[in-house]
Amino acid sequence: MRTSVILGSRAFALTLTRLCYQLIEDHGDLRRTVLLGLQPRGVLLARRLRGELARILGHDDLLYGELDITFHRDDFRRRSVPLAPSATQLDQTIDGRRVVLIDDVLYTGRSIRAGLDALLAFGRPSQVQLLILIDRRFQRELPIQPDYVGRWVDSLSGQRVSVEWAETESMDQVLLETTSTDPTRGPSPTTGNVAHGH
Amino acid sequence: MGTEAKSEELSTDHLLGIGDLSEDDIGLIFRTADGFKEVLRRPIKKVPSLRDITIANLFFENSTRTRISFELAEKRLSADVINFSSGASSVKKGETLIDTVNNILAMKVDMVVMRHPDPGAAVFLSRHVNARIVNAGDGTHEHPTQALLDAYSIRERLGSVRGRKVVIVGDILHSRVALSNMLCLRKLGAEVMLCGPPTLMPRHVASMGVLVEHDLDKALRWCDVANMLRIQSERQSEGGPSYFPTLREYAMLYGLDRDRYDRIGRDIVIMHPGPINRGVEITSDVADSGASIILEQVENGVAVRMAVLYLLAGRIHRDN
Repeated sequence: MRTSVILGSRAFALTLTRLCYQLIEDHGDLRRTVLLGLQPRGVLLARRLRGELARILGHDDLLYGELDITFHRDDFRRRSVPLAPSATQLDQTIDGRRVVLIDDVLYTGRSIRAGLDALLAFGRPSQVQLLILIDRRFQRELPIQPDYVGRWVDSLSGQRVSVEWAETESMDQVLLETTSTDPTRGPSPTTGNVAHGH
Repeated sequence: MGTEAKSEELSTDHLLGIGDLSEDDIGLIFRTADGFKEVLRRPIKKVPSLRDITIANLFFENSTRTRISFELAEKRLSADVINFSSGASSVKKGETLIDTVNNILAMKVDMVVMRHPDPGAAVFLSRHVNARIVNAGDGTHEHPTQALLDAYSIRERLGSVRGRKVVIVGDILHSRVALSNMLCLRKLGAEVMLCGPPTLMPRHVASMGVLVEHDLDKALRWCDVANMLRIQSERQSEGGPSYFPTLREYAMLYGLDRDRYDRIGRDIVIMHPGPINRGVEITSDVADSGASIILEQVENGVAVRMAVLYLLAGRIHRDN
């Protein structure tokens, strides 16, 4: 297996800061916006953004939640064993508010579809947006696009994008893992940096 | 990947009794039930997990709360549900259990939740029909989902089950709740004591690793949790043997009232599987007090049953 670095720790930090400023540009002081991390890995990004936003904005009243999508997935029973749920924590109403769904990697789009389904069980937000750290943009199976993107990655289906966090894996970085079983597949991905989401 | 989570599964295809479950299975059911408990607090209390699953609730014996609890659990999971009770069925016309169930399964039913007056009926069915079976009570044998929700409720109130002292009081002899509770609590590392009149205590029950006590006051002083069972008048048939002289005497010796509770001198947790005979095994001032978790048991019952159905359905694989 070959591993290449998509985002090193310095680029990682810059990307998070840029995402925060993009959120502030669109949402002002964020007092009416709910940041909602998807379990299990999106919450690591959401918690980090929440801390960074509080630092930049100088206030701590950010509306924040964590959403588990296990019971809303469309691959239940297509897996060999069922997934164990994680905790959902959503104490405030989302009715009439803007919600930013936050996940680390956008791949097929199916998790986000399940996330939207789970989210709507809590009420009717005025708007839902999607913030993603890594967008594997050519692998989509559903018509779902992010509003805020950390980095685009043109990867192949056999490759694996792994987002590592200082909290859980010792350092912040994003890796692309290529298993060498298929030599006909191209080696290096192209990555693109975006100034703004679409 | 974004939302990769841990996968776990039960070690069994059916829930026939607590005897079939490992401690890990019970832990998995509890963690899954935690997730469903959160779902049940949402404005929309429904998830789509079982939308392609059909479940038949076959009740060959009367039940109100267990049937409602299962039916609600199934509907919250978006399963299609059919209900059947033996009162209005061809069982009365002499059809065998296997024929009845196979006729229902011919209409493409995936899971069967069954209550039956005969011990072992669920095990028998699991060997002869092609569906996942959940035992909702088989005679005096087992009532596994009740034991799971009882242990779950103890875990919720006290933080853990391991090391807790639980006394089960009343008609142990006729009670499937007592047997399933005993097995479940022992598996989870609790200490279990049975308390009741000698006539309602199975012989040699101490060989299952439980304590036996006939004095309720002593038992209450020992325990952290008291599970007060219902006196099952329907299993003590008229003209058959009498297990105690009068209900009044039973209530004096084995009923829990405020005075008896106050004599314990500390707080314990009071449970009851329902339906309550108020004034017999427990008086209203105790049943409705802060020490009682009787309504929490009912609430947790839906979440625990959702977890059991969800985890068993996860083991159904379509061939398409």
